[in-house]
Amino acid sequence: MQSRTILRDLEAAGIGFAASVPCKQLAGVIAGLATSPRIRHLPATREDEGMGLCAGAFLGGLRPVMVMQNTGLGVCVNVLATLIQFYRLPLPMLISYRGEVGEAVACQAEMAIHTKPLLAQLHVPTYHFHHPRDVAELPGILAHVFTISKPVAVLMDAGFWRGDQP
Amino acid sequence: MTAKAEMTRAGALEIVADVLERELVICNIGAPSQELCTIYDRPGNFYMLGSMGQAAAIGLGLALAQPRPVLAIEGDGAVLTSLGTLATIASNPAPNFTLLILDNASYGSTGNQPTHTAGRTDLAAVARACGCERVVECTGEGLAGALAAALRGGAMAVIICKIAPGNRKVPVIGMDPVEIRCRFMEEVRRSTD
Repeated sequence: MQSRTILRDLEAAGIGFAASVPCKQLAGVIAGLATSPRIRHLPATREDEGMGLCAGAFLGGLRPVMVMQNTGLGVCVNVLATLIQFYRLPLPMLISYRGEVGEAVACQAEMAIHTKPLLAQLHVPTYHFHHPRDVAELPGILAHVFTISKPVAVLMDAGFWRGDQP
Repeated sequence: MTAKAEMTRAGALEIVADVLERELVICNIGAPSQELCTIYDRPGNFYMLGSMGQAAAIGLGLALAQPRPVLAIEGDGAVLTSLGTLATIASNPAPNFTLLILDNASYGSTGNQPTHTAGRTDLAAVARACGCERVVECTGEGLAGALAAALRGGAMAVIICKIAPGNRKVPVIGMDPVEIRCRFMEEVRRSTD
């Protein structure tokens, strides 16, 4: 249900382009993007490439969204700072927040520990969805991104995804 | 590649400038952008000031988002940082997209240290193996013809142009990044209105 709501909100916000690097938690969102008639979706080989694709799409007049897992944050630090922020480009980032309570894979916690400090250090406005009802904030956040023209992170943890049936 | 390369990047960019008509250009960070800005500055040029290796990705996103032809100019060093992008552009070919790799087998902006294309790595073979269908190899002498054919050929193309190492003495880009992108986006809007 969360996945379907997210997809509906992205389309309603006028998002026309999505790049993604997959995560199990994001499978429903990515499947929805792949069949959306309103959003052009490109699977990226890495998160920094995805942000490059999103930057290009925005230059061409489309509103982009980046869909990724928090473990990919490290590889896109430079692109966030020197492309998205330096050129003042808007970019909503929907990030599955692996490694939080409910995580089955111990190693995921290693990047979970660094996720919020990294985003804070990069001065990226960050929102944390912990309960399925938090998705109600997404339309407001998406509008905010294109008002302030910055990258904005939405972290979605295991609690948020509970019961998601795309 | 056995072809002999004598022309340097600036010479190749002069040829690019002659061939360009209404194409939008995304240009690689460092010396390539500085040389292009000096040789042929125009609103349809997007100069990268950071983010090495992202010109091809930005160019593909731009080509998919609007109808005007797009040329992304990369270096061999930049492409080597993001080889996966060759797979992405091959798997999502935009007919209005051309990737030009100026391969001088060196990291020109940082002191001409050799890249792996100076050794065993063949970027044309990599592009083909990634699934790019139109891959053209040339030297500076063949660049004008190869580029014009690619830009107006109606299909995604990758050109690997072998050139010699060396930078022209040109100033760094003084424009603010937001100015570069606003000027560029105004040009995109102007042409699609």
